[in-house]
Amino acid sequence: MNDFIAARSQMALSLGFHIVFSCIGMVMPFFMAVAHYMWLRTDKAVYKNVTKAWSKGVAIFFATGAVSGTVLSFELGLLWPEFMKHAGPIFGMPFSLEGTAFFIEAIALGFFLYGWDRFNKWFHWFTGVIVGVSGLASGILVVAANAWMNSPAGFNFVDGKYLNIDPIKAMFNDAWFSQALHMTIAAFVATGFAVAGIHALMILKGKNVLFHTRSFQIAAIFGCAAALVQPFSGDISAKDVAKRQPAKLAAMEAHFHTEKSASLIVGGIPDEENKRVNYALKLPGFLSFLAHGDFESEVKGLDQIPAENHPPVAITHYAFQIMVGMGTAMMLISALYFMALWKKKKWLESEWLLKLFVAATPLGFIAVEAGWTVTEVGRQPWIINGIMRTADAVTPMPGIAYSFYLFTAVYVSLACVVIFMLYRQIKMVGKLYDKPQL
Amino acid sequence: MLYVVITFLWTSILLYLLLGGADYGAGIIELFTSGKNKEVTRKTLYSAIGPIWEANHMWLIIAIVILFVGFPVIYSTMSVNLHIPLTIMLLGIIARGTAFTFRHYDAVVDDMQHIYNTIFAISSFVTPFFLGIIAGSAVSGHIDPNADTFLSAYIFSWLHWFAVAVGLFTVSICGFLASVYLIGEADDDQSRLRFAHKAQFFNIAAVICGILVFIAAYLENVPLMEWVFGNWVGRIAIISATLSLIWMWYLLYQGKIKLLRVLAGFQVTMILLTTTYRHFPNIVILKGGGYLSLMEHAGQEKTMQSLGLALLIGSVFILPALFYLIYSFQKNPLKYNEPH
Ligand code: HDD
Ligand code: HEM
Ligand code: HEM
Repeated sequence: MNDFIAARSQMALSLGFHIVFSCIGMVMPFFMAVAHYMWLRTDKAVYKNVTKAWSKGVAIFFATGAVSGTVLSFELGLLWPEFMKHAGPIFGMPFSLEGTAFFIEAIALGFFLYGWDRFNKWFHWFTGVIVGVSGLASGILVVAANAWMNSPAGFNFVDGKYLNIDPIKAMFNDAWFSQALHMTIAAFVATGFAVAGIHALMILKGKNVLFHTRSFQIAAIFGCAAALVQPFSGDISAKDVAKRQPAKLAAMEAHFHTEKSASLIVGGIPDEENKRVNYALKLPGFLSFLAHGDFESEVKGLDQIPAENHPPVAITHYAFQIMVGMGTAMMLISALYFMALWKKKKWLESEWLLKLFVAATPLGFIAVEAGWTVTEVGRQPWIINGIMRTADAVTPMPGIAYSFYLFTAVYVSLACVVIFMLYRQIKMVGKLYDKPQL
Repeated sequence: MLYVVITFLWTSILLYLLLGGADYGAGIIELFTSGKNKEVTRKTLYSAIGPIWEANHMWLIIAIVILFVGFPVIYSTMSVNLHIPLTIMLLGIIARGTAFTFRHYDAVVDDMQHIYNTIFAISSFVTPFFLGIIAGSAVSGHIDPNADTFLSAYIFSWLHWFAVAVGLFTVSICGFLASVYLIGEADDDQSRLRFAHKAQFFNIAAVICGILVFIAAYLENVPLMEWVFGNWVGRIAIISATLSLIWMWYLLYQGKIKLLRVLAGFQVTMILLTTTYRHFPNIVILKGGGYLSLMEHAGQEKTMQSLGLALLIGSVFILPALFYLIYSFQKNPLKYNEPH
């Protein structure tokens, strides 16, 4: 493995790891706040138990999210020193604000986790909400930094120099809104489906049914509401990408040839050598519609982009298909669930609906990973779109492969421990919370 | 604004050293505590730092963000040449942060606790040790911008006696801070006495390591003597730190907890002041006499302005909340077995 590939793999691994924890860190506080609120309002012990059980899980995820985030802030320099040398002062604004958001989150978490029965109960509830709000804010800010890499703004690039830096303009670059919106909704979808799926499984097993039913309801409502709107926000993102990164869009769609009334390619195996896609379903005109809102419009293909600027087509295309596939599936499940809530109460007790949710447990997170792969791999070979190549940004230090192996081992073991701990938390629900309740 | 940013940078480093340091130190004490007392130490540690644990480590992130936004050349030079110790430190941070949380939040208490504890204690030692190595290397003049071999660029930049001595010194300072801090958190006289003994132990260790740092500096041609004693700020700081040390020894068994903490904090502040004052604004000193200066390598005007502003606005939110958090749990300390 050469150093460049190793550095990219290590970055991808660390980010792919961190994103799971940050999604949970952003969203779980809201689930907890709802359960907590229900408890304060109704005085039903089950809601208190749900809040407490979740808060332990969150503490575990938060710590892991925090350490993996700390690693990332160093890794940006350890792996991409050339990039940070120039980009740091430009896209640093969201990072410095994010520092504040993290700090507030950490303080509020101290109040929330350790503050049971010590503070006014509404103050205590409120600190939980603050954890969520500041988590969300940090997510949005850091995505604004990533959006800048896709859509650089706030400086003039003259003779290889970065002049007239304006960090505020850089933060509010063209891509920040669509990415931040899509990411925030994605966090709710992914966490909602994952949590709902786990509780659905426990209901099916007949363990602590009341506890798990209440937990399931909260998670499912959040997750499903988000899953219904996600495709619309995805559409906004796609139109945005079409405007600012035609190469990425072409790779996502495996769209090799520029054409009018371009067809949308579903599935299929891109053949990069012969520039075609085999075994795909083609919907004529739909790509033009999705990219520009007009069935007739022309969509730039990879043929209009110099070969040395092509992103890897196959990975980007597959990742995009996976994300959209998962998104569609979750949207359908959500539609069923809301049907059930409003019209068909009987469905709510039926096994098949719960089984559907169990099956959907990992879909949201798969979509998140796939979506980020689209964004990041689709931007290649650029680290700053159109300005700096990834290959020029990498550290000169040799032997990065070893560092990659080491971090892989660490993250894999950490993931195992976290899963193990989560398993033990769930197993203990009966012992800790199974008092006669209501 | 540049000075505002530099003040924030220095203060974050100081606070990380004091708060994060005490936090590491608690783990180091665990490492140096014999079997049956370990559990007591652990409980005191938990009730002392549980709620502010996460916040203590934010200072490092603030310092790093300030570096990469405001002083990107310094950040990237250190990242390249000190890649290896930085990576080891990161592994330490991962291991420690997760072990601390896991041992507390694991729903089942069994043999796994032993594993978490071991990882926690060892990484509590390794992390500040490498933090010290990194700090020592930055100013030691071993980072060679023209290095042409792997060894000289990536190994000898940090593997030398001076850095190792600074690493040990950092570890002993952490242990010292933690034991002084924990004296005030202990529940009974016996533990208090134990932490007072520990404070003495780490204090002596710090003095010995401090002497080692000077010897290593002499061997490695680091003009430490000149930095510390060559100017009035350094001399006054060192003298007042020494005097306060004597005062502290006198107070150690008298239960004047607040004063003890202030003195310990004061000493560490003075140490950081003397070691940074003389070569300010050059925070990285390169081989062959070159240096990276905070003044010359600061980002462009607008960057510094928005960074400074972000930090000022941030502190308006953060500081009151942080004080209230610390105050609440000082007034009414956490019990280990308290439901949570
Ligand atoms: C639960 C997760 C999830 C789901 C169901 C979807 N996405 Fe997504 N998508 C993400 C999670 C995500 C993400 C991981 O959050 C990304 C990566 C970067 C970003 O901002 O969001 C993303 C990126 C992303 C991009 C690239 C944006 C860019 O590079 O700036 C496009 C074009 C879409 N998505 C489009 C869609 C469409 C048309 C969907 C239809 C169903 C869809 N996404 C469902
Ligand atoms: C704000 C957040 C993010 C920032 C600042 C960021 C930054 C970077 C940087 C600097 C690189 C290396 C250079 C490059 O390959 O272009 C990279 C690569 C990569 N990142 Fe991101 N990233 C972010 C979010 C994510 C997330 C959440 C994922 C989740 C999976 C991800 C996946 C990847 C992948 C797969 C690569 C390797 C791409 C390749 O080399 O082909 N990124 N990112
Ligand atoms: C899309 C990408 C990202 C998202 C959505 C995101 C979001 C978050 C969130 C919500 C947290 C709070 C932790 C928790 O509640 O579990 C967090 C932690 C953290 N993240 Fe990220 N992050 C992303 C990428 C990055 C990158 C690229 C960096 C590095 C520069 C980074 C640095 C950090 C740090 C240092 C922390 C720890 C803060 C603490 O101690 O609370 N994150 N992230």
